[in-house]
Amino acid sequence: MLNFLWPIFISVSFIYAFLTGNIDKVNNSIFESTKSAVELSINLIGTMCFWNGIMEIATKTSIIDKLTKGLQPLITFLFPEIEKENRVNKEISLNIIANILGLGNAATPTGLKVMKSLQNENKNKEKISNSMIMFIVINTASLQLIPTTVIAIRSSMASSNPTKILIPVWIATVCAAATAVIITKIFTKRSS
Amino acid sequence: MKFIDYLSSSAMPIIILLIVFYGVLEKNKVFDNFLIGAKEGLEMVVKIFPTLVGLFVAIGSLRTSGIIDLLINFIKPILIILKIPSEIMPLAMLRPISGSASMAVATDIMKKFGVDSKIGLITSTIMGSTETTLYTISIYTGSVGIKKTRFVLCAALTADIVSVIVSVFIWNILEF
Repeated sequence: MLNFLWPIFISVSFIYAFLTGNIDKVNNSIFESTKSAVELSINLIGTMCFWNGIMEIATKTSIIDKLTKGLQPLITFLFPEIEKENRVNKEISLNIIANILGLGNAATPTGLKVMKSLQNENKNKEKISNSMIMFIVINTASLQLIPTTVIAIRSSMASSNPTKILIPVWIATVCAAATAVIITKIFTKRSS
Repeated sequence: MKFIDYLSSSAMPIIILLIVFYGVLEKNKVFDNFLIGAKEGLEMVVKIFPTLVGLFVAIGSLRTSGIIDLLINFIKPILIILKIPSEIMPLAMLRPISGSASMAVATDIMKKFGVDSKIGLITSTIMGSTETTLYTISIYTGSVGIKKTRFVLCAALTADIVSVIVSVFIWNILEF
């Protein structure tokens, strides 16, 4: 994606700057921007290290297992087409927990595994199944409990209260996730 | 409003406390585990750094060249009706496509308007409550060879729009 977008961004803005006589501003911004990237990354290191460390502690305990089990009723509601004994249920809850806890390293691999298992159950291998749609919209809803990256960015920019956004983020996330689930439920009912 | 602030600032300490407590209770080598994870965190930032440099320059150029303002002026009438501040539009447009590009835009916006300004708070909330939707869909469907994706894109993007509208709405109430 970026192989396509990045050259467009660069060429469009440079050409437009030449045409409007803003090229000196753009020239200065090149060095300003690299500097901000360095500043942000340096400040990100601290928060990312710390939060990842805490999450590693969590991964080594039985918390993940317990949360995974606690999620079962929700999974049954969201994925009515999957049989209860199917082990994909556990894979899905593991992925959701990884998302909620912001375990970026675990979320994508578990997600891909779920997709593979769902594809095994899928009758038409080229067409997305109802369960797959539900799974994907839940993944794109950003169910993260602590949005670490944003908080790290905010604190790196000397915010007076970096975590001030937490509750609003939760409200926005829940509204978005609910919308996605409702749309998916309505459309899958109609098409089946 | 005070209550929301309090809840927001106590959530992270509570979670950390619970996790550390649990680790100790199950007799894990808590600090050793912490170090393993922290090292991974460092690697993550190092890995993303080249991407960030490339995108910060691209986004910075887009803004200083004036082309973003030009594009925003086109859609301004719709935004005014929806009461969405036009300043956040670059973020709303890039967010579904690329995580690092949206990080660059978000930082850019917050630098310009202030991280604790209303625009800054809305920007942070959108960043926290949305995902790189298009990227996720293409990786997940692509990995198993799905070609017909039916309404998944429509459902996921609608959810993103809801996130943006709710984020704006909340901060319009909290920070009048």
